[in-house]
Amino acid sequence: MHPAAEADWAIETRGLSKAYGSVHVLAGLDLRVRRGSVFALLGPNGAGKTTTVRILATLTRADAGQAVVAGHDVTAARSRVRRAISLTGQYAALDEEQTGEENLRMMARLRGHSRSAARNRATELLERFALTEAGRRRVSTYSGGMRRRLDIAAGLVTDPQVVFLDEPTTGLDPRSRRTMWETIGSLTRAGVTVFLTTQYLEEADRLADHVAVLDGGRVRAEGTPEELKKTVAAQRLDLTMTGRSAYAELAGQLGERALHRAPEELVLGVATDGSAAHVRTLLDELDPTRAQVAHFSLHSATLDDVFLELTHE
Amino acid sequence: MSDLADCTVLAGRSVRLTRRNPDAVITALVLPVLLMLVFVYFFGGAIETNTGKYVTYVAPGVLILCAGYGASMTATTVSDDMTGGIIDRFRSMDTGPTAVLSGHVAASVARNAAATAAVLAVAFAIGFRPHAGPAEWLAAIGILLLYITTLSWLGAAAGLLAKTPEAAGGFTFAMLFLPYPSSAFVPIDTMPDWLHGFADHQPVTPVIESLRGLLLDQPTGNSPWLALGWCLGLLAVALPLCAVLFRRRTG
Ligand SMILES: Nc1ncnc2c1ncn2[C@@H]1O[C@H](COP(=O)(O)OP(=O)(O)OP(=O)(O)O)[C@@H](O)[C@H]1O
Ligand SMILES: [Mg+2]
Repeated sequence: MHPAAEADWAIETRGLSKAYGSVHVLAGLDLRVRRGSVFALLGPNGAGKTTTVRILATLTRADAGQAVVAGHDVTAARSRVRRAISLTGQYAALDEEQTGEENLRMMARLRGHSRSAARNRATELLERFALTEAGRRRVSTYSGGMRRRLDIAAGLVTDPQVVFLDEPTTGLDPRSRRTMWETIGSLTRAGVTVFLTTQYLEEADRLADHVAVLDGGRVRAEGTPEELKKTVAAQRLDLTMTGRSAYAELAGQLGERALHRAPEELVLGVATDGSAAHVRTLLDELDPTRAQVAHFSLHSATLDDVFLELTHE
Repeated sequence: MSDLADCTVLAGRSVRLTRRNPDAVITALVLPVLLMLVFVYFFGGAIETNTGKYVTYVAPGVLILCAGYGASMTATTVSDDMTGGIIDRFRSMDTGPTAVLSGHVAASVARNAAATAAVLAVAFAIGFRPHAGPAEWLAAIGILLLYITTLSWLGAAAGLLAKTPEAAGGFTFAMLFLPYPSSAFVPIDTMPDWLHGFADHQPVTPVIESLRGLLLDQPTGNSPWLALGWCLGLLAVALPLCAVLFRRRTG
């Protein structure tokens, strides 16, 4: 590989494919993740996010294609990749009957730390993840959020170059989620590359430098959150109609132009740039009699819109 | 060698997990002692042997039963790891199968050494009087440790094969049964003819005969060599089998 390119990309895949029986989970996946960035992989349930993470973390072999992580091929140089990464999977990988501290110490020892270095590292991580008190208790007594935090801490006992987090904030309350975002942010400030999957579009929006939407085994769209949002129109004018017939009439008239339809609420959405002039023009055009539209609201596109737009059946 | 360091860390972990699991403590320590008492007091009066007191005849047998049974619990501990998420973490940390499995085996040997000591202590307390010098004791302990190690590795293979920890428990069941059709508890010539073939030629019989011979200062014949052959032969099967099964299991 070109040395400059190698310096740029922490993860690069070409044509990754994976099938389980007749289910083609990945069908030629191409991804590039810039070193030191946060990359979010989005996709509906069963899209293959976990499969992708497992292939990149060397736990599962792809049927075809190539993946280079931290400069090493995931099949040819598996051990080198493993020494450069950490993985926190979708489901907790901890010993329930060991304390939080014992779990961390064990991971640190397995990563080659001496006894005393492992103890220090465990103490440090417990403090960083607000688990100092809980560290002396067995994991079986932890809440879901504490478990999740410990699980992520366990991935950081050494300083990995690339951190894989499969749905790191699923099951966390809003406050813990925000704390987790800060933690992830602080990782990248130290130059670490973070590859995460998430179901929360807001999370990708807040955290990620680059987002890819996975569906049907391929990347449907990718870019910065801003770029993706632009692909679905930056602003949307939502019109609440006065009645069913008015709704049906306008829906028919708009056809494909309707970006959003909510028949129960009698709401239809159309693209706009958000300027007063354009909104006025739209209202005049769509409701010339001034009797059909009851309310209107302006709506900034979210990644949810992108997601729904891209992954609808 | 980093595998050795990892193995030590993981053996410590496995021992700790056993200590914290009340079921495991009972099955590993209390049950063997109870078995000893059951054999001596419930069955002892009814069984004729040529070693005088039945406790003297049966103590080596119970030691073998407990060792095999305890070692086979490796199947469950390995299966627990393989079905939980922790194996993925170990693999992603480049902790290889050698360290993971030998950690479990080392813990099993430690656990069973403790159980053996407990059973021996109880046996002494209820009248077991072996006639063995230090050399015989050493040889007996060596054979017992080899037997435990062999069954632990077989257990590890069973744990890798089983889809669930419950299924892995089936191996423990088999190991609990295997010593019965042997000379562990009753002399083989008291068994029906059709069992002689199996009882005479299964691995438990030479192990138990060596142990009894060494501890009671009786002729051992070629039993120690047969025992050694069986154990090394089974190990030669179990180790590569574990490697293959682990690779198949983790794709
Ligand atoms: N070991 C396996 N054997 C058979 N099928 C599998 C296996 N692992 C995953 N699959 C299938 O592959 C598909 C993708 O699974 P994957 O777990 O990667 O999806 P995901 O995007 O992570 O979903 P979720 O959002 O629910 O976590 C699913 O249809 C799943 O059933
Ligand atoms: Mg998943």
